[in-house]
Amino acid sequence: MAHEGRQIVIPTQVLGDTATCKAGRGTFVERGKIYAERLGILNVQGNIINVIALKGRYDPVVNDFVIGIVEEAATSNWMVDINAPYPALLHVHEVPWEIEFGDTEKYLNTGDAILAKVLSVDESKKLQITLNDRNLFKIKGGHIIEVESSIVPRIIGKSGSMIDLIKKYTRCRIFVGQNGRIWIDGDAEGIEKVLQAINKIESEAITFGLTARMEELLKKDAKDVR
Amino acid sequence: MTVVPIIKRDYVLKLAEQGKRLDGRSFDEFRKIEIETGVVNKAEGSARVKIGNTQVLVGIKMGIGEPFPDTPDTGVLSTAAEFIPLASPDFESGPPRENAIELARVVDRGVRESQVVQIDKLCIIPKEKVWLVFIDIHILDYDGNLFDAASLAALAALSTATVPVKRFASDLPEDYAKEDYPLPMTEPPISCTAVKINDYVFFDPSLDEEEIADVRLTVATDNKGDIRAMQKGLSGSFTKEEIQKVIKGALDNGQEIRKQLSASTGK
Amino acid sequence: MKSDLELITREGKRLDGRGPEDLRNIKIEAGVLHRADGSCYLEWGGNKVIVAVYGPREALPRHVQNPLRAIVQARYNMAAFSVEDRKRPGPDRRSVEISKVISAALEKVILTEQFPRATVDVNIEVLDAEAGTRCAGLTAAGVALVDAGIPLRDIPVACAAGKIGGQVVLDLGKEEDNLGDADLPLAISPRTGEVLLLQMDGHLTVDEFNQAFDLAVKGCHIVSEIQKKAIMHKYQTVAAEV
Repeated sequence: MAHEGRQIVIPTQVLGDTATCKAGRGTFVERGKIYAERLGILNVQGNIINVIALKGRYDPVVNDFVIGIVEEAATSNWMVDINAPYPALLHVHEVPWEIEFGDTEKYLNTGDAILAKVLSVDESKKLQITLNDRNLFKIKGGHIIEVESSIVPRIIGKSGSMIDLIKKYTRCRIFVGQNGRIWIDGDAEGIEKVLQAINKIESEAITFGLTARMEELLKKDAKDVR
Repeated sequence: MTVVPIIKRDYVLKLAEQGKRLDGRSFDEFRKIEIETGVVNKAEGSARVKIGNTQVLVGIKMGIGEPFPDTPDTGVLSTAAEFIPLASPDFESGPPRENAIELARVVDRGVRESQVVQIDKLCIIPKEKVWLVFIDIHILDYDGNLFDAASLAALAALSTATVPVKRFASDLPEDYAKEDYPLPMTEPPISCTAVKINDYVFFDPSLDEEEIADVRLTVATDNKGDIRAMQKGLSGSFTKEEIQKVIKGALDNGQEIRKQLSASTGK
Repeated sequence: MKSDLELITREGKRLDGRGPEDLRNIKIEAGVLHRADGSCYLEWGGNKVIVAVYGPREALPRHVQNPLRAIVQARYNMAAFSVEDRKRPGPDRRSVEISKVISAALEKVILTEQFPRATVDVNIEVLDAEAGTRCAGLTAAGVALVDAGIPLRDIPVACAAGKIGGQVVLDLGKEEDNLGDADLPLAISPRTGEVLLLQMDGHLTVDEFNQAFDLAVKGCHIVSEIQKKAIMHKYQTVAAEV
């Protein structure tokens, strides 16, 4: 069949046994059997069995690029919503500006969007993020949307192949946060095309041959390609 | 409470300048409306309405009780709304807060003041026994514009409700009807809601639009083209011209929605 | 007042025509709500329930947080119009109790250690009630949890057995629940057989209890297959459509 899907597994499905395989991500072991722990796609690398989650909250990992929305400005930090089960803390020392005491609101306030990086995650999942990096900034203009964090890898593609394809044909700046938030900046038509492309990826994420079909879709009414 | 990013408002305005909305609709266009009646067996009448992704379920229950002292020969109508935590990550469990209460009262007025339900025909024994009609609004999925979805669901549920004579046979006088009969209704007014963001007026606001709206106006119109109810919400303001615009949009959309309601209830 | 109604004939035929080991009709649909992280709509006989799962998300207020794992907060609620005589909106003592036993049942199968300080909120709404709502609610919750991508040790499932007219039967209907001799709702982890929820009211001999228990377990396994089919149906159609 031309467009086969990948294999979907559900929790408690037996995927293998520890005698011949290793339990990877998204699995748990009980009495020598490897089980899927959540709804996802089976992914076998050598003899390691992984399950890539199809749905579920973003689980922050250190160094992940994330798009956050500032919830509140406190005296020496900000609380930022990064679409994880917990809000993240951004400390005044982790931003590229010199902040006078109590002036946090002047730089970032409720509703501001930022492209940040996950700095630390402790055992009780307390999160810290940072803006201290050339690539990180406060977001101005453009549009932000949210997708399931589990399809972010498909939106980026192998070595960025998918996202580069979309950028090429729509001429938009696009930042994809690992936390499922995406920032798009460009002219209205371009943004519209990006949204269409992302919609397509969302509904066809588990199929093969998506990159090729995406190129077809984008080529269709592209004016000129840079 | 989820915070709305500021750039979302900017983007919505940028699109509005070009005459567009986030989901591609025109300014006075409603999302797809689905009406399904008779969805709850235990209820005397019920309806599930979807406007886009917003989903509201209304159940009508009836009982027998004493009339209000100042209206001794009319039935009693009562409306309640539950913003159950099921419907949104921001809804909390607990007694109805002001939003739920406002919604219930607006829907109630829309039904009561327009005399949609002929409560004067719901008397059993004057001063002693009348029919009680309970309208319970259950929000299932909140994606903007609860007012219109709830009103429409209430009307659809009432239009297909039956008075449960058989179930209450032992409480009714000898000469009362013996069979269940349809709840006596008149032509309902249809409610249409619009929001304003800066100077742009959008009908049937989606959640995104509602979250950044400055002000909201709901107008209920009847089949003769008259206005039967109005409610302004949020802290912004409307100019007189803008209100006229909303009235016109409410009349146009109201007509279409009325046709759809009639088709799905068979009335 | 003892009823003259014959709940089950000598040949084993029940009021609605079912045999002693027959389940009522069950229909399950996963992913039916837009805002919820996971959801499920379920019909079981005359029962209609809808479940929405939100989470894991930060547990608030702070003092309810567990620093080592997520807490599970199930809220079982019956809509005012779901019962014959309108029910006043809001939790009553029965709903609070059912919420508690369902929360405990779900806690055992959710891999809560992965989300310290968080909560998994499970909202169960009964829209139309006809005996066995807590089993219907828990079963739907199992599907909604999978739909939300919550990591699970197992997909919980529930079913009730009972005794009517001196006979042990599966899945009590409305009159059977009201006029029968005993009701035994049971929830299990189908993979391991562990009991997650167990309640009983009425009168059973030890032998009858064992019979009813085994029968309820059998019912659970049948319902478990229906749950899994519903989940696969939702996610496989995506692959097939392309």
